[in-house]
Amino acid sequence: MLENKDYKVIGTRPIRHDGVDKVTGRALYGADFQAAGLLHGRVLRSPHAHAKIISIDTSRAEALPGVKGVVTAKDLPDAGDKVADLGEGAVNLKHLCDNILASDKVLYKGHAVAAVAATNPHIAEEACTLIDVEYEVLSPVLEVRQAMEPDAPLLHEHLKTTSLGETADEPSNVASHIQHKLGDPEKGFAEADVIIEREFVTGTVHQGYIEPHNATAHYNADGQLTIWCSTQGAFTVREQVAEILQYPISKIKVVPMEIGGGFGGKISVYIKPVAAMLAKKTGKPVKVLMNRADVFEGTGPTPASFIRVKMGATKEGKLTAAQGYLAFEAGAYPGSPVGPGAMCIFAPYSIENVIIDGYDVVVNKPKTAPYRAPGAPNAAFGSETVLDEIAEHLGIDPLEIRLMNGAKEGDRRADGPVHPRIGFIETVEAAKAHPHYSAPNGKKHHGRGVASGYWFNIGLESSVTINVNADGTINLVEGSTDIGGTRASIAMQAAEVLGIPAESVNPSVVDTNSVGYTAVTGGSRTTYATGYAAYEAAQEVKRQMITRAAKLWEVDEANVQFADGEFSSINGKEEQISFRDLCARLGETGGPIVGSGTVNPGGAGGAYATHVVDVEVDEETGKVEILRYTAVQDAGKAIHPSYVEGQIQGGAVQGIGWALNEEYIYNAEGEMTNASFLDYRMPTCLDLPMIDAVIVEVPNPGHPYGVRGVGEVPIVPPMAAIANAIYDAIGVRMTELPMSPDRLLKALGKI
Amino acid sequence: MRDFSYIAANTIPEAVALLDEKGENARILAGGTDLIVQVREARRDVNWIIDIKSIPEVNALDYNADTGLVLGAAVECYKIYADDAICKGYPGLIDATKIIGGTAIQGRAAVGGNLCNASPAADGIPPLIVLNATCVIAGPNGEREVPVEQFCTAPGQTVLKNGEMLVSIKIPAPESNSSSFYLRFIPRNEMDIAVVGAGASVVLDDTKQTIVSARIALAAVAPTPLFAEEASARLAGREISDAAIDEAAEAAKAIARPISDMRGTAEQRTHLVGVLTRRALNGAIQRVREAT
Repeated sequence: MLENKDYKVIGTRPIRHDGVDKVTGRALYGADFQAAGLLHGRVLRSPHAHAKIISIDTSRAEALPGVKGVVTAKDLPDAGDKVADLGEGAVNLKHLCDNILASDKVLYKGHAVAAVAATNPHIAEEACTLIDVEYEVLSPVLEVRQAMEPDAPLLHEHLKTTSLGETADEPSNVASHIQHKLGDPEKGFAEADVIIEREFVTGTVHQGYIEPHNATAHYNADGQLTIWCSTQGAFTVREQVAEILQYPISKIKVVPMEIGGGFGGKISVYIKPVAAMLAKKTGKPVKVLMNRADVFEGTGPTPASFIRVKMGATKEGKLTAAQGYLAFEAGAYPGSPVGPGAMCIFAPYSIENVIIDGYDVVVNKPKTAPYRAPGAPNAAFGSETVLDEIAEHLGIDPLEIRLMNGAKEGDRRADGPVHPRIGFIETVEAAKAHPHYSAPNGKKHHGRGVASGYWFNIGLESSVTINVNADGTINLVEGSTDIGGTRASIAMQAAEVLGIPAESVNPSVVDTNSVGYTAVTGGSRTTYATGYAAYEAAQEVKRQMITRAAKLWEVDEANVQFADGEFSSINGKEEQISFRDLCARLGETGGPIVGSGTVNPGGAGGAYATHVVDVEVDEETGKVEILRYTAVQDAGKAIHPSYVEGQIQGGAVQGIGWALNEEYIYNAEGEMTNASFLDYRMPTCLDLPMIDAVIVEVPNPGHPYGVRGVGEVPIVPPMAAIANAIYDAIGVRMTELPMSPDRLLKALGKI
Repeated sequence: MRDFSYIAANTIPEAVALLDEKGENARILAGGTDLIVQVREARRDVNWIIDIKSIPEVNALDYNADTGLVLGAAVECYKIYADDAICKGYPGLIDATKIIGGTAIQGRAAVGGNLCNASPAADGIPPLIVLNATCVIAGPNGEREVPVEQFCTAPGQTVLKNGEMLVSIKIPAPESNSSSFYLRFIPRNEMDIAVVGAGASVVLDDTKQTIVSARIALAAVAPTPLFAEEASARLAGREISDAAIDEAAEAAKAIARPISDMRGTAEQRTHLVGVLTRRALNGAIQRVREAT
């Protein structure tokens, strides 16, 4: 069992290593990339939500002066039906290729159809208007329940439902059906004194990262392809591009530029293969940038969903059974996060009898992509609202019912795994003890709500190399793109091992040719897994340094110890040398020291959060104001508390946006009518109170410092917490997201 | 973005001659906060951009307690709300200038531009209507004047003919015991376009208990901003009461003919007309009563 012991570096708040470059505007992002002879690419996108492509004629575009090349799906290698294993899961390669450039059908407005490279972006844009595409327009399917109807228009003629291992005979928009079952749900519901069953609908929402996607590609004459881009994972870009273009990974180098946010949305590739195709065709470097409308319409949002939750409890408040039905919109191609949603829905609680059904359903919207704890927020909106209603029905405090039923070490999740040491109960206790929860809450139209959330976090591969410098500093080479301060949190773990200040570490995020394989910055894994690799690399450096000290003093290695940045000789000979001084003597003791660490750890500790929110509702306009927000979270061990707090605050804010106003609004033709930050209403700083982030530390036994991932779980509770607060304020249960003013007015019977 | 030509005009006749010569594909640039976005997003086909910012008349900002305000068409929002006399005389206009875009936009955007852009949701227009403002228009045949409520004819369309430009907006001097108020409903607290906007001006008697006259105007509930004539007329001579204000609010709702779009539904907008009209009237009345 890990203790929360005192550390020298861990738990402190040094200035992040990339901070100066970022606040002075010197950090280089993908759009900043320049090269001699650079061409500019532009993608032509479908104006229709659902249509067959009859023909594409690019001749007028090719004839426009300044146009150097045009590509369509015909320029992609024939994908066949190969299934490629890429990054976070298996993907049907034809679907992957068709999402890059549509071959036979367009499946959403904004679907890429062709692309142009020209001498400037304006010519490329104009050339796109000269590409003649003949479509046969089909009826769009825009909602998950509509898509599941037997007579719904089909997106894919060959898609058949896979249900619990069996494949159906007839085609359907339902790609798959999964089920988790624990105990005897029927018996559990029979034992309940109170059963609440409700239906919920959530809208399509986007990650809303500030920096749009970008990619610049260049083919050398020897066939070496280089891609400079914004990504959450250079290695997954390399894999996806290799698969899509059927090109060897050894011939592709991906250079990750700084990244202006991803939240899961910068794992899948969109324009990176297109830039590569245009570069190949033109023999020149080609830069492709998306604008905001491209990002909304042409990249993966997180799914809309229909969710039914039924929970039963005894009159004392013990949960006896739970049932979940989750139907998620996958977008144009299968692969929604209904799986993770089904894994997380009841995971905060120890319930003996559970059944969960999940459906992955294609609709005429962009193929969904991960977004912060993908699937879990949708699911928790349902389960945490129903639990609130049960608590209200039984007259039990909502945090108390969570304490009574909270999952602990040794409890089994409905999908199988047994919880290791987890900190759910501790988050509820901290929320209960927080002054917010006991503050007065009696004003008219004011309400308070709570909700909890779970995210399992992932491990996966990471590599770190440390080069020791003669001045006592180290250069730390890593492959995890830094989105939320991970250069600092990784560097600090190496610094702790070596007894040096965080400032003595120079972290670099490098390209795929320059560091060992490293999986994406995602799944809340970076501080955990790449930090773990940095710990291992630093341990290797320490071992080598001990050897050098032993050599210097002509003692046995076993007689050299290292503590607080000092090597010392024990058992006889009195010798001492600091890490810094020994670094200056590497040349004379055997040459440079390089330490490497690689990990693929299985012990990613699950993360829990419990949020408390106060709202004020304007009953005349339906507008909800967030008055106070407290977010409690188990971080395992907060390496850099400021960046942990930043993650908690950011997740809560995105959840608030999802709860109140964010959604893709579609017209009957399936066109998104709010594809801009003006009308896709993310909260601004003027819409938010200070988010009070409270860190609870229940160390993860699967990490040397007890780290749990922190980036995702804070987006899980906000929607239900706010719905519960709205109910407390005005006595109306909201079951549809977003809880926008017009929906509140309807629920209040005002319109 | 397509190539276009830029010309800076230095006088009204020069600008009018250019507009007359270049025809429909010429647009006037003042703050550019609408125009530049429209050109970049290919929402307007523009070959000629005529910059009027160096013409003295469009930069006029002359307030006189007896004759009122002459507001040049290119005067930026921030200059309006930085002027204490204008803030005191026309608080409803100030309400609007402080919510058109963010601070940076208010440094460029002009109320005249807001008017010429003719958005149904323009925040700048209802306050001008309730303040009885008049547009001064220059053209090849000289000057003419049009009341603000008649200026917009459809979304993005105005009474300006080929060769014509808005020079300034004239607002009468504020009467004693009068004030004005503008507010909009947006789902966020800033950086949004009005789902509904409502402006009101009132003139009270010396007891401040009776409404001598009132004007109400609405945004985002019709193809153009609306003057709610009947709702306004109903308040004339009425003692201030919730019933009188409710009656005006209901009359305002009756002329709303909103659409449903990504910013709000028709039912929501009609409902909000009632809510915002009440709030605008009460706000204006309160300002009169609080004035010293």
